[in-house]
Amino acid sequence: MTSFAVPTGSPGARILGIGSYQPETIVSNHDLARTMDTSDQWIRERVGIVNRRFAKPDEKLVDMAVEAGAKAVADAGLAPTDIGAVLVATCTMPSQIPNAAAQVADRIGVTGAPAFDLNAACAGFCYALAMASDLVRAGTARHVLVIGAEKLTDWVDPVDRSTAIIFADGAGAAVVGPSDTAAIGAVAWGSAGDLVDMIQIPDRHSFVHQEGQSVFRWATTQIAPIALRAVELAGIEVSDVDVFVPHQANLRIVEAIAKRLHAKGAREDLVIARDIVDSGNTSSASIPLALDHMRAAGEVRSGDVALLVGFGAGLSYAGQVVRLP
Amino acid sequence: MSNEDIQKGLAEIVEEVAGVEAADVTSDKSFVDDLDIDSLSMVEIAVQAEDKFGVKIPDDELANLKTVGDAVTYIASNA
Repeated sequence: MTSFAVPTGSPGARILGIGSYQPETIVSNHDLARTMDTSDQWIRERVGIVNRRFAKPDEKLVDMAVEAGAKAVADAGLAPTDIGAVLVATCTMPSQIPNAAAQVADRIGVTGAPAFDLNAACAGFCYALAMASDLVRAGTARHVLVIGAEKLTDWVDPVDRSTAIIFADGAGAAVVGPSDTAAIGAVAWGSAGDLVDMIQIPDRHSFVHQEGQSVFRWATTQIAPIALRAVELAGIEVSDVDVFVPHQANLRIVEAIAKRLHAKGAREDLVIARDIVDSGNTSSASIPLALDHMRAAGEVRSGDVALLVGFGAGLSYAGQVVRLP
Repeated sequence: MSNEDIQKGLAEIVEEVAGVEAADVTSDKSFVDDLDIDSLSMVEIAVQAEDKFGVKIPDDELANLKTVGDAVTYIASNA
């Protein structure tokens, strides 16, 4: 039988550029303590957050995604017209339809490109990055813009101290393009739908609810093995990892996972993302936001080997090793 | 394993997780009210106790373990 024509792919894919955007308004723990029964000390001890950013009521998720996406395209040294597909990882889009990605593509100047949203909650960026890598390697698209964007404040009860102190708004993005060598490793991913009750926004009239203790237990015990599996799939050793960027869920979760990586041979000088301290938990945006902030602060360098791992509602999880642009 | 051994092992875990001196981890102490241990540290203590004593401590059971003595009794009867 005739084999249909398919595009010619690329041996590997790599991240060419990153960008991020945070709303202007900084909200401190002291600010929150004025509207609910909490305190700076209580919040710092439990989640490690000091400040977070909240979008203004008229600032939309799509606006934030456009800002981050455009910066990533420029950082990659590309023109918007070079982008062949736009993926937006989000779980807080206010509209059921339309999706975010088509509007974002149009406003960035990637008019006409295939564009779709992907909902894997806080694992969304790593899911989308894996898909982008495969789209590029298969030749389906030459350059893919991946954006994680969330306006969680639309979905959080502003006086629920178990969630309102944690979640925040923002967007982060990366451009993935072809490479002679693979600079995005194979993805270690999966789901645990039997644990769906742990984190939910069950319908459009509900606020986000999470079983804090259960999520904490899952994240601190089950995610390090996923991260280590990503290292194994990339064919490297955990001691080769320069930078660890887990989803910024809770500083104590970040530290607990990092401790397990150290016990399995991660280097003492491993750079660990702690962007949650000043950004809060921005779900699918947290990993690219952290990467962009760490680069701006000079904490990471071009060529560093970074281990990314996202995890959250679904439950869903995904991790991969990438070489930083 | 005797209850004394369990309590000693548990006290070591509490000291490591929460920085409470092991000598203060006595049977009548409440984790929350006396030892000032928060709900997430309780999870970390439970996870380490599961490894150390070969016992399962699900979150709904964990909520019932108010005092060090409650935890020792639970571990002794479920290990």
